[in-house]
Amino acid sequence: MRYQIDPKLQTVAALLGCVCLLQSGCGGGGKPGIQTKGSDTMVNLAQAWAEEYKKVSPDVSVEVSGGGSGVGIAALIKGTIDIANASRNMKPEEVAEAKKNTGKEPKEFVVGYDGLAIYVNKSNPLNEVTLDQIAQMYAEGGTITKWSQLGVKIPGNPSDDIVLVSRQSSSGTYEFLREHVLGNKDFRLGSRDMNGSKEVVELVASTPTAIGYSGMGYATPGVKMLKVKKTPGEPAFEPNVANTLNKSYPIARSLLVYTLGEPAGAVKTYIDWILSDAGQKVVEASGYVPLPAPARAKP
Amino acid sequence: MQASHIDEPVEQDMIVRNTRRPAWALLGERALETLIYLCGISAIIFVLGIFFFVFKEAFPILGNPKFSLHQFLFSDQWYPTSEVNKRYGVLAMIAGTFSVTALAMAIAVPFGLGAAIYVSEFCEGKTKETLKIVIELLAAIPSVVWGFVGLTVLSRLIVRWTGAPVGVNILNGGIILALMSVPIIVSISEDALKAVPDSYREAALALGATRWQEIRHVLLPAARTGLLAAVLLGVGRAVGETMAVLMATGHAIHIPHSVLDSVRTLTANIAAELGEAPAHSAHYQVLFLTGVLLFAMTFMVNLAAHCIVHGFKRK
Repeated sequence: MRYQIDPKLQTVAALLGCVCLLQSGCGGGGKPGIQTKGSDTMVNLAQAWAEEYKKVSPDVSVEVSGGGSGVGIAALIKGTIDIANASRNMKPEEVAEAKKNTGKEPKEFVVGYDGLAIYVNKSNPLNEVTLDQIAQMYAEGGTITKWSQLGVKIPGNPSDDIVLVSRQSSSGTYEFLREHVLGNKDFRLGSRDMNGSKEVVELVASTPTAIGYSGMGYATPGVKMLKVKKTPGEPAFEPNVANTLNKSYPIARSLLVYTLGEPAGAVKTYIDWILSDAGQKVVEASGYVPLPAPARAKP
Repeated sequence: MQASHIDEPVEQDMIVRNTRRPAWALLGERALETLIYLCGISAIIFVLGIFFFVFKEAFPILGNPKFSLHQFLFSDQWYPTSEVNKRYGVLAMIAGTFSVTALAMAIAVPFGLGAAIYVSEFCEGKTKETLKIVIELLAAIPSVVWGFVGLTVLSRLIVRWTGAPVGVNILNGGIILALMSVPIIVSISEDALKAVPDSYREAALALGATRWQEIRHVLLPAARTGLLAAVLLGVGRAVGETMAVLMATGHAIHIPHSVLDSVRTLTANIAAELGEAPAHSAHYQVLFLTGVLLFAMTFMVNLAAHCIVHGFKRK
C-alpha cells in the first residue's frame, strides 16, 4: 500500500535538500571536497588524478584549477585551498608569509618529474641546442635573435627573425627557466607571453619561425622537441622518461604539491594515493616521469 | 459646468480614501520609495566605492622609495618579478592599448555608423528585423569566444595574407575588438537616428535635399549626442576588453612599429598578473596603479566628448 505524503512535508524536504546542496557547494557538507590550484604544467595531470580518484573513492570530490604555480602558492598562503600544485619550489619568503598568515608550515611532496622541453615548429631543421644558446635567445641583452645565428634556415619562410614564445610571470615554468637556464637574469622583452603551456605549443605549431618552452607532456604532432646539451662538446639528450630520471637531460625538474602543515583526513589519503603505484601510473599516462619505485608510497 | 459637478465628489472621495488607508500601506509605500531611491543612486555609490578601493590599494606605492612615477609612465621596462632589478614601466602597454583601440575604432566607427544609417533610414520590413536580430546576436557572443577566434582562425588568415611571422598582433586584436564594438555602436546609433523627428526629414526633402544631403546635413547633426554616446560606449568596450585582447594581441611587451607587431594592453596585463601578485606587495600595488591609469584615461575620453557636445550646443 502506498501512502500519501503531506504537501507541507514535501516543501520542508525540498528546502532541506536545498540547504544540503548549498552546504556541500561550500565544502562544509557531508561530501568532503579537496581544493587544488596552481601550475599550468600540472593542470592536465591534476585533472587526470582527480578523475581517476573519483573511481577509487567516489564520495571525495577533488576540484582542480590552474593559473600558474605562483597563483596556487598565493592561494595556499591565503589559506583558500588545500593543495597547491607547483612546478617550482616555494621561495623562502613565501614559506615565511604562509607561516605568518596561517600559522602552519607548508609541507612539500615530490609527485613526479618533468623534462622542460624546448619546442620548435616541425618544419624547423634545427635538432639540438645548448643551454647557453637558449639563454642567449631568451635573456635580456642576449645575442641570438636570428635563426641564421644557429645555422638554420626555415624552409619556405623568408623571415630569419626568431619569434620568442614565453610564459606569463605567474608561471612556474617561466621562473624555472629563469633560474636554471638564464641564471636569474631577466627575460628579453617582446616575447609573446602565453597564458598556458598548451597555448605555447599551439602558437609554436602555427608559427614556423617560433621557439617556445613547456612541459614535455604537451608535445603535439605540429611541434618538435629539441635535444639539449649542457656545453657544445657534450652529447645532446632528448627529453624522455629515462633521460629525465637519470638526470642526463639538463633541464629536468620536480613536480611538487604543497599542503599547509602535515596533511590530515581526506587530503592525506589523496596525497598517499598520488604517491602510490595507481597515482604514479596517471603521471606516466599524462606524459611526465613517475617516481622511481622505491620513492613511492606503500599501500 | 456640469463637469465640475461630477469632478468634485470624485476628488473628495479620493481624499477620504487616502486618509482611510491603513498604516501598513503608507509604510509600504514609503519603503518602496526608499528602495527605488537607493536603486537610483546605487550607480553613484558603486562608482565611488570602486574608485575608493582602487585608489586605496594603489596609493601606498607612491610613497615607496624604489618606485618612480616617471619610470612608471615613460619606461617600457616591465619586470615586476625580476630577481635582480625590479622595474615597473608601462609605456609599452599604454602604447599597446592606444594602438589596438585606435585601430578598432578606425574600423568600427565607419562600419557601425554606416550600418546604423542603413538600418534606420534605408531598410524596411523583414530585412530590418532580421538585421537587428543578427546584430544583437553578435553582441551576445562572449569575449573568450572572440579571443579564441582571433587566436586560431584570424591569426592563420593574417599570416597567409600579410606574410607576418606571427598572426597574433595589433591587426588581429583591432579586428576582433572592432567586431565586438560594432553591435553596440549600431544599436545605440540606430536609436539616436530613430529619435530624430520625421518632420526634420520631411522638411529637408521638401527643400529639395537629396538623401545624402538630408543625412549629412540634417540627421547626423541632429543625432550627434546620441551618436557620440554610441562611439564612446564602443571605445569603452574596446579599452576595457580583457580576455579577447589577451588572446589575440600576442601579449608581448613591445612598443609597436607596425600593425603586424604583437603588443600587450593594460587590461590584459592586469588580468594575467593580478592572480599571482602577493596581496599588498609592490607588484600588486603597481597593478592597481595601472587600474587608476585606466580610470584616468577613460575619464579623459568621456570629458573630452562631453566638452565637444557642449561646444556644439553653444553654437
